[in-house]
Amino acid sequence: MADYTRADVCAVAVAEAFRGDGEILASSFGTVPAVGARLAKATFAPDLLMTDGTATLLEEPLPVSGDRAEAVAEAWMPFRSVFELLWNGKRHVVMVASQIDRFGNQNFACIGPHEKPKAQLLGMRGAPGNTLCHKTSYWVPNHSTRTFVEKVDCVSGVGNDRAGELGPVARFHALRRVVSNLGVFDFETPDRRMRLRSVHPGVGVDEVREQTGFELVIEAEVPESRVPSDEELRWIREAIDPEGFAKNEVPG
Amino acid sequence: MDKRMTPAEVVAELRDGMTLGIGGWGSRRKPMALVREILRSSLADLTVVSYGGPDVGLLCKYGKVKKLVYGFVSLDSIPLEPHFRQARQAGSFQAAELDEGMLQWGLRAAAYRLPFLPTRAGLGSDVMRINPDLRRVRSPYDDGEELVAMPALELDAAIVHMNRADARGNGQFLGPDLYFDDLFCLAAKRRFMSCEKLVPTSEFQKEGSLHTLRINRSMVDGVIETPRGAHFTECPPDYDRDESFQKEYAATAKDPEAWEAFKVRYLDVPEEEYQAAVKERARG
Repeated sequence: MADYTRADVCAVAVAEAFRGDGEILASSFGTVPAVGARLAKATFAPDLLMTDGTATLLEEPLPVSGDRAEAVAEAWMPFRSVFELLWNGKRHVVMVASQIDRFGNQNFACIGPHEKPKAQLLGMRGAPGNTLCHKTSYWVPNHSTRTFVEKVDCVSGVGNDRAGELGPVARFHALRRVVSNLGVFDFETPDRRMRLRSVHPGVGVDEVREQTGFELVIEAEVPESRVPSDEELRWIREAIDPEGFAKNEVPG
Repeated sequence: MDKRMTPAEVVAELRDGMTLGIGGWGSRRKPMALVREILRSSLADLTVVSYGGPDVGLLCKYGKVKKLVYGFVSLDSIPLEPHFRQARQAGSFQAAELDEGMLQWGLRAAAYRLPFLPTRAGLGSDVMRINPDLRRVRSPYDDGEELVAMPALELDAAIVHMNRADARGNGQFLGPDLYFDDLFCLAAKRRFMSCEKLVPTSEFQKEGSLHTLRINRSMVDGVIETPRGAHFTECPPDYDRDESFQKEYAATAKDPEAWEAFKVRYLDVPEEEYQAAVKERARG
């Protein structure tokens, strides 16, 4: 089955970020991350915990449309339990980054000065605590020099340089992956700067370089991102996102 | 003891410059009837502490907020509260923005009458830059870790909305989440609880399990029966969010004429007329 889309490749990349996570809460924001997390749970990471977006942990996740067929609750998870669980470290979150820098400092709070922003975005939400307490990955649906920037306007999610300066108190800080519509990135470098891990099929390394507002670590050989298997495509098309909402986030 | 009050009596107890905590979360089980009563009053210069939704959007729109202590302001199905966004971009109030977890931690510190509680949340982020008053504290034990000392968020008054309550101030939530309404009550000097329906104490356990009786009467000073008083936010199982009304409300942020019409029809009028207008709107 070769008729996969760019959105499918991005979802597989998000799913891969959860590989090996075991029995922790997988939280996702944005449609592609929602598909990716469900895909991981449906295939190679069955032990992941997922909520219905309100206060219930579900035995089987809902489709991304949220349409509830037969949902079986396995636990009650009101917001205070989410805070307990995340400060306890049993979570991997995929958040959207409106801006991200080379060390993975993330902004989705505001553009311009915080006192009087040019554009108010979502706000700090849980990003400061999330990044200090458990695994974090990011999703950037619109990779450009406006999103991959030299310096973010406001640090909501803490990057590797700042976490390093904090010392042992930040020992639970763990940035895993950044998935964009162009490629997959990680921080597996000596100084924990962002590295191009793979490019999505049809994307050139030069394109990624040109669309990034800082110098990425780019090795001589950059592999292509893994494409979805037939089984994964079946999961996405038939169970997880039959309406194809993910394509609205990533055309092509 | 009979703690029944009217919304007007609640607002009469509030003063300019007070720190007011508002229960609920985003566009979920917000004490909107009490918020609407505040909008109609002359109250000003409030410091508002909230997991913000349309309560915050409306108070900002009316210029009642001097300082906001918050982690987000959202309508849930509309991720960013548009009236809040407008007020933020106009720089019209002091934005004490925190991590979501820090907010409940500050409420908890106040609830336990502690000066602060330590946490990692906030370290390394611009929360520390935005709130220059935030200090750090070093662990006195061998680890010596330096953590954020989240100060107690002490409230002059708190308003929350429950599904059921009795006249003595016991409150019952029947939805999926209490949110932090118990902490808002424990952190405040004066506590006002509106409810969908006032019931005899003996009725509580017919409505829900013992575990839903999370607000006891030592936590509450006043009880206000406001049927559909959380509208247009959700208040399950009594009613869902009025998404169509919320959309109309959100759209008025970009259209001064639409806002004026909305205000005249829904907000410049007493609560009964608000509820009647909402009913009429639903009939189309």
